[in-house]
Amino acid sequence: MKNSKKDYQKILGSVQKPVLGEAGKTGTWSSKKPHIDLNTCIPAKSGKSSCFNCWLYCPEAVVTRTIPPQIDLIHCKGCGICMEECPVNAITMEEVKY
Amino acid sequence: MYGRMSRKRDYYGGGEILMSLIENQKTNIDNDIKIITGNHAAAHAFRQARVGVVSAYPITPQSPVVEKIAEFIANGKLNARFVKVESEHSALAVCCAASATGSRVGTATSAHGLELMYEMLPWAAGNRLPIIINLATRSLGAPWSVWTDHSDFITIRDVGWIQYMCENNQEIYDTNLQAFKIAENSRVFLPSIVAYDGYILSHTMMPVKLENQEEVDEFLPPINHHINLSNISTIKGIDPVTTPNIIKRIEGTAPGYYEFRYALQRSLENSIDIIKEVHDEFTKKFGRSYGNGIYKIIQTEDADTIIYAMGSVASQARVAIKKLRAEGLKIGIVSLKLFRPYPYEDLRDFFKDKENIIVFDRDIGYGYEGVLSYELKAALYSLKKKPNIKGFIVGLGGRDVKTEHIISGVHKALNQFKQGIFTNKTDFLGLSLDELNDYDESNYFDSR
Amino acid sequence: MDLPEEEFIYPGTRACAGCGMALIYRIALKALGAKTLVTVPASCLTVLHGMQGFCSTKVSVYHTPFATTGASASGIVASLEDKGLENEITVLAFAGDGGTTDIGIQALSGAVERGTNFIYACYDNEAYMNTGVQRSGSTPYGVKTTTTPEGKLSHKKDMPKILEAHGIPYIATGIASYPLDLFEKFKKARTIHGSKYFHILSPCPPGWGYDPKDTISIGRLAVQTGFWILYEIENGIFKLSKPSSRYLDPLKRKPIEEYLKAQKRFSEMTQQQIKVYKVYIDNMWKDIKRRIECQN
Repeated sequence: MKNSKKDYQKILGSVQKPVLGEAGKTGTWSSKKPHIDLNTCIPAKSGKSSCFNCWLYCPEAVVTRTIPPQIDLIHCKGCGICMEECPVNAITMEEVKY
Repeated sequence: MYGRMSRKRDYYGGGEILMSLIENQKTNIDNDIKIITGNHAAAHAFRQARVGVVSAYPITPQSPVVEKIAEFIANGKLNARFVKVESEHSALAVCCAASATGSRVGTATSAHGLELMYEMLPWAAGNRLPIIINLATRSLGAPWSVWTDHSDFITIRDVGWIQYMCENNQEIYDTNLQAFKIAENSRVFLPSIVAYDGYILSHTMMPVKLENQEEVDEFLPPINHHINLSNISTIKGIDPVTTPNIIKRIEGTAPGYYEFRYALQRSLENSIDIIKEVHDEFTKKFGRSYGNGIYKIIQTEDADTIIYAMGSVASQARVAIKKLRAEGLKIGIVSLKLFRPYPYEDLRDFFKDKENIIVFDRDIGYGYEGVLSYELKAALYSLKKKPNIKGFIVGLGGRDVKTEHIISGVHKALNQFKQGIFTNKTDFLGLSLDELNDYDESNYFDSR
Repeated sequence: MDLPEEEFIYPGTRACAGCGMALIYRIALKALGAKTLVTVPASCLTVLHGMQGFCSTKVSVYHTPFATTGASASGIVASLEDKGLENEITVLAFAGDGGTTDIGIQALSGAVERGTNFIYACYDNEAYMNTGVQRSGSTPYGVKTTTTPEGKLSHKKDMPKILEAHGIPYIATGIASYPLDLFEKFKKARTIHGSKYFHILSPCPPGWGYDPKDTISIGRLAVQTGFWILYEIENGIFKLSKPSSRYLDPLKRKPIEEYLKAQKRFSEMTQQQIKVYKVYIDNMWKDIKRRIECQN
C-alpha cells in the first residue's frame, strides 16, 4: 500500500528506552550533597564488605555497593537518608556549588 | 445442538423436567449452513478467528455471545482464556492489557455495558490495540429498556474506533472475520466494534454459512502485534505520560501527544482503503459481499430518491421500497455499513447526482437531530448540486419500525421538498402520543 | 546485607527526594527480577516511570487507567497463559492507596476472586499525593489533607482484611524501613501460585510534612509505636513479622505521640483525638493477640 512507509504509521509508541536520568540531572534539585568520611565509614575503614546502609536505603539507587561506597552526585537528590541511616555518622550533607 | 425435554421422575405430583443437550455428533461443526442467532454467529466467528483472550460481563441482549464462547472453551472447540470480570469497565481493561501482551482478543456488550467501558475506549484506540467488540445494540436508560436502538452505538463515534453495522446474521459472522483482519493490519492497528440490532438479530435464528476452519485460517493468519509485552527481551512502556511536545534527548526523540493523536486520525482515514481491500479479498475467497464493504445499495440504479439508514431500519426499508416502487417512485436504499471512519468521500460520490435523500435514524444526537442525518448533510455540503435531505427519528427503545412509518416518512419528506421546507427540527415517526389520554404537552413544559 | 546488587531502576527518576515509594519499588524489583511485567495505574509511580519514549526502569510497564489495575493484571496474565508463558514471567500490579482502596477496589476484588496469578502491591502513602494531597479511603484519622482541612474524621480502611476475606493464599504488610523483611516477603510471594497482596506503608515527605531524610526513621517509628504492623498471612495462617513481633507487648511500644508529632499532617490533633488513636492501636493489637492465641 502506498501509505505504508509514512511515519505516522510508525508512531505506535510501544518501545521505551531505559535511560539514566530520565528526569534530567536530578542532582540539581538540592544544593546539599552527602559526603562520606572514609576514615569513619565501616567498609572503607575495615575493607570488609559490610554495612552498606547508605546503599540499602537509597531511594534513588545512586550509591554503589563498593568499598568505599561511591555516590552519583549528578543524580543524587540530596534527601539525606544515607546520612540519617549511617550507623557511624560517617556521612554529612555538604553544600555543593553549581 | 438440540434441546430435548424429558420427564424423568415424579416429584410432588409434578414431575421433574430435564433439559438435556445432545452434543452434535459431528466432530467438525464448520463448513456447514447452520440456523443460529446473531449472537451465536458472533461467537462462532470468535471461535474460528481463534481468539486468545475473551473477557466479558453479562448484559442483555449480548450475553448469549459469551455464554456460547464459554461453551466452546469448555468443549475444547476453542483454546482461549475467558476472563469473567466483575464489570464491563474491567472487561475492556482486561482486553486492552491482553492485547498489549500480544494476544488476539475480543469481547461483546450492549448499551450500559458499552457506556461503562467508555473510559477504556479512547485508551484502546490511542494505544492502537486491535480489539473487537460485538455490540448487540440496545437503548440507553433512563428509563430502563432492553430493546434495540442505535443510541449506544453512536455515543462512541468520537473515540477512534472502527464501527461496523450489520443487517443479518451472516453479515455478523463475515464482518467479524474481516474486522479482525482489518484491525490487525499493520497499516491500521485500530480497535473495532461490530454492531447488530439487539433481539432483531441477536436473538433471531437465521441460516449462517460457517466456513472451513482451514480457509478461515488462510484468510486470517495469527496476529502479529505491534506491541508484545510478553516478549521481555525489549523494555516497553505502554502509554506513559506523554508531553504536549516532542521530547528530544541524546538517546533519541519521542513523539508528543499531538503526534500520537495525529497518527490515530490518519490511520482511521486510511483504513477505509484497507476495509475495502479486505472486503474484496473476503468476497473472492468466500463468495459473499456487502456492497463495497462501506455501504450496501438496494435498487439505486435508476433511483432519484434514496432512503439512507443503518441496520434494522435499512432492512425494514427493503420492504417499504417495494410498495413505494409500486406507486411509481424511483426509490432505492443506501444502508450504511461503515459508520466510522465516516466514509464521506464514498457517500459524496454516490449522492452527487441524487435528488432526494430521506434519512431514518434509530438514534438522536440529543439537542440536535439524528446523527446519520446531520452527518450526511455536513458531508454533502461541498457538492455543487445539493440533494434535498430530511431526517426522521424512528424506533427508539425498540418501538417497531413499521413499513408504513417509512412509507409515510418518504411521502412527508417529498411533500416538504416540493414546498421548499427544509428544517433540522426532529420529526418522530411511530409516536403514539394520541393514545396517552391524559397527555398534555403543556403539563410537561409549563414552568409553574 | 544480602539484597542482590542488580538495580532495576536507573538513578534520576521523577520521584521526589526521599520518596518512600521509590525505595519500595526498588526493593520489590530486586526480589522479583528482570522477568517481571508491571502494570501501573495513575499514581506517583506513573511519574517515576517517566515520560513517553524513555523510562527509568529495566522492566516493561503497562500503564492503565486508574480503576483498572486488577483487571489489567488479569488481562496480562490471561495473555501470558494464552502464550504458555505464565510460569516464566511474574506479573506485578503496583498501585497507590487511592488506586487500591478507593477507585481500584472493584477491579482488585474481581481479579483476586478469580484467583489471578499475580502480585498486587499497594504502596500506601495515605492520601492522593500525585494530585496534591487529597484524602483517600486509606488516610488515617485526624490527618489534614487539602480536602480535610479540619482533619479526617474516620479511620483508614483495613485493606488487608478485605483481601483476606477473599481467601487468597498470601497477604503481607511491609515498609521500606525494614527492607530485608519486605524483600523476603516479595521473594516468597513470587513462589506462590495465585493472588498475592502486599500493603506497604510508604512515607511521603511532602504529603506527610517531614524532612526527606526522615523517610526511614518515620517508617520505623510507625512500626515501633504499633501504628503499622508487619505481618503475613499465608493460607490463612497469621504470622507477625520479626520487626513487629516484640510490640505485641504494649509496654514495649513507643508512645504514639512520637509518631504523630514528627509529621505536619497530624499537627492540629487535640489530646482527645490522640486518645482515640491510642484506643485504635490497642484494639488493633488486641485483635492480633486474639488471633495468634486462637491459632496456637
